[in-house]
Amino acid sequence: MERSLTLVALFAALIAALGLVPKLTLGFGVPITAQSLGVMLCGTVLGAKRGGLAALLFAVLVLAGLPLLAGGRGGLGVLTGPTVGFFVGFPVAAFATGFFMEQMQRMSVAWAAAIASLLGGVLVLYSFGIVGMMMILQKGPVEAALLVTAFIPGDIVKAVLAGLITAGLMRARPAAILSRNG
Amino acid sequence: MISLTSPVETRAHHWPAGLKLALLSGATVALFAVETVLGQALFFATMVALYALPGSGFLRAGIDRLRMLWPFLVLIALWHLAIGELAAGALIALRMVTAVGLANLVTMTTKLSDMLRVIERLCAPLRIFGVRPEPIALAMALVVRFVPVLSGKGHLLVMAWRARAARRVGWRILLPFAVIAIDDAEHVAEALRARGGL
Repeated sequence: MERSLTLVALFAALIAALGLVPKLTLGFGVPITAQSLGVMLCGTVLGAKRGGLAALLFAVLVLAGLPLLAGGRGGLGVLTGPTVGFFVGFPVAAFATGFFMEQMQRMSVAWAAAIASLLGGVLVLYSFGIVGMMMILQKGPVEAALLVTAFIPGDIVKAVLAGLITAGLMRARPAAILSRNG
Repeated sequence: MISLTSPVETRAHHWPAGLKLALLSGATVALFAVETVLGQALFFATMVALYALPGSGFLRAGIDRLRMLWPFLVLIALWHLAIGELAAGALIALRMVTAVGLANLVTMTTKLSDMLRVIERLCAPLRIFGVRPEPIALAMALVVRFVPVLSGKGHLLVMAWRARAARRVGWRILLPFAVIAIDDAEHVAEALRARGGL
């Protein structure tokens, strides 16, 4: 119980810390904020239930007024802004990533985590994000999808990185990979 | 850690957080029900007036926080110029800015501790499902404490990388960073158990 709670809390803090660190630059010069990578890692490492709770905890604290979203944003305004879908989608995406990860027990950790991140952290998250844009900007699904396509390649790269990092964690701290230890 | 509460003390700082949240909910529902540009403009003007009441410093801080919306405003303007429906564009843009502005207003005038107390109160009914509110409160406190701790350790990692490598800091630094988070979690869990546990 204590361990579950502290892992959930520390991964919520990890999502925040990944949004605060200066942007990383990938080999080919593309800067990324690592915040959505943190959401993917919640799922691939902690599994559906605890990963979802970690992202939910993060979201609740952002709403309470902590400037933890990338770029120092936070507060209740997030809920009425155009990016509301992505924000609300964080816990669902972490849960979905963890769910898919748990379904792929037989696959190698790196592949399972990358595929789960792609499904949960990109497909599910963008579905929520696009619906949010449709609501606030009052546009159709195609227009809203066009607005976010520029960010999809970066998030696909992040899903691959989530796979590699989860595989590394499996070697470094196998006992903490709750998605594989039940 | 610095929360988004405004350091400029306003009268609304002393109102109960629950009341402010209820007012915000009501105002937001009304805002989305108004379908005329004039109505939205009135809402917008009221919001600006509310920001201006506590003084120019507060107003400037408020405008600063709305700055993240400008790419979307540009998009709305371009889009509605292209399809020739300027009135609809104005309506959407005004509504978006006012909705975010009003919500920010509540965040700026409410202390983090007051907001957390509201969340705790909202969590109380979960007791029916066997969820105790105390661990939730502890988890929230842990996150508030560990965000600066983890970021600090992250910066140390970045400095260590720079001291040793000629290459720019890349994604590989994220693995030791995640290991640090896991190790901290294990240590805190051990400390909690040593003090009687949850």
